[in-house]
Amino acid sequence: MKDQLFAYVLRLADDAAILGQRLGEWCGHAPTLEEDIGLANIGLDYIGQARALYTYAGEIEGKGRDEDQLCFLRHEREFSNCLLVEQPNGDFAETIAREFFFAAFMLPFWTRLKASRDETLAAIAAKAEKEAAYHLRHSAEWVIRLGDGTGESHERMQDAVEALWIYTGELFEVDDTLATLIADGIAVDPEPIRTEWRETVARVLSEATLAIPEEGYAQTGGRSGIHTEHFGHLLSEMQYMQRAYPGLKW
Amino acid sequence: MSATAKFRENVEGLRRIAWDVAAKVVDPEVPVLTIEDLGVLRDVRIADDGVVEVDITPTYTGCPAMGVFTMDIETELAKAGFGEVRINTVLSPAWTTDWLSEEAREKLRDYGIAPPAGKASRRALFGDDEVTCPRCGSKNTEKVSEFGSTACKALWRCCDCAEPFDYFKCI
Ligand SMILES: [Zn+2]
Repeated sequence: MKDQLFAYVLRLADDAAILGQRLGEWCGHAPTLEEDIGLANIGLDYIGQARALYTYAGEIEGKGRDEDQLCFLRHEREFSNCLLVEQPNGDFAETIAREFFFAAFMLPFWTRLKASRDETLAAIAAKAEKEAAYHLRHSAEWVIRLGDGTGESHERMQDAVEALWIYTGELFEVDDTLATLIADGIAVDPEPIRTEWRETVARVLSEATLAIPEEGYAQTGGRSGIHTEHFGHLLSEMQYMQRAYPGLKW
Repeated sequence: MSATAKFRENVEGLRRIAWDVAAKVVDPEVPVLTIEDLGVLRDVRIADDGVVEVDITPTYTGCPAMGVFTMDIETELAKAGFGEVRINTVLSPAWTTDWLSEEAREKLRDYGIAPPAGKASRRALFGDDEVTCPRCGSKNTEKVSEFGSTACKALWRCCDCAEPFDYFKCI
């Protein structure tokens, strides 16, 4: 039970940390100043969520590992984030599609996690839900603006949606760890979120005059540590400081 | 008065002093508001071992001001003669802009930041708040960006007096 809870909190933390890192890569490079600030702000929300979750994971594990050790000193195969969040920023459309698919899942996810029997998770969820509402709105507005924009922006937005679609199925994956915690009233069952997620995605994509990809093969593996080739590169940059200067504190 | 009752009274007196000291710490990003105005300061206790325990709650999970609050509270309490201080971050109940008092909202307006409009409730996917310009009072305003100078603010612009301004987001 303790092992499963640790694994579950860790995967939520990894999702948030990795997406926060990706969004941070935009800092100083975004297409407009407002977006530069916006993406950094969203990234900061994720890093804040990750810090609370890693700290809690460390407490559950009880081996004295803190947030920094869990985030910066684990190896690639020990990370259990979903594949969607580690995908490269690509062009702005890909960053927006990734954010939109993820936030459309996380908003109903946090809403449900507020009812978790685990009080710490419920408390983190209550805060994260408010942030996710902003993330969803921000990304949905951009999907529409780009999809229903120029020929070029429409094409790029459509390409981004199709390129990342294969990674969205993993959000709804239930493995043994998750099944046990769902039965205990601690974790959120992602299956009922599927309908809400599809409705949100369909509504926004159609308003954006974009085609909704067909259901098909879902690439998974992130939860068990099998990542895409991009992930090692991300970690080498993210973990550089702690690896070069072990125990470094700000 | 029994010795125990007197002791309790002294502890309560100390607790109140510690609260007043901690309550004066201001938000580094909105220096007209104290952590008490914001509702970030949740509780101050004197523990059995004499340590001052302070509970604070973050406005946003990633709010970088939390580290500054912690340092400032420790410094202010040390200056006031308190010894060891323990600062706990509490997440529940989740911070909401509903905790900002009328007085705090007025201070924000005077400072040039539009206070949160209305009550925090679950937001619709689309649609904006009606935000009043803190400079001229016009309701003819528009959002420039959902994300402003800090996590808690959005960037707006007044269509009448043409001033851009920060809007303290309603969460
Ligand atoms: Zn004005």
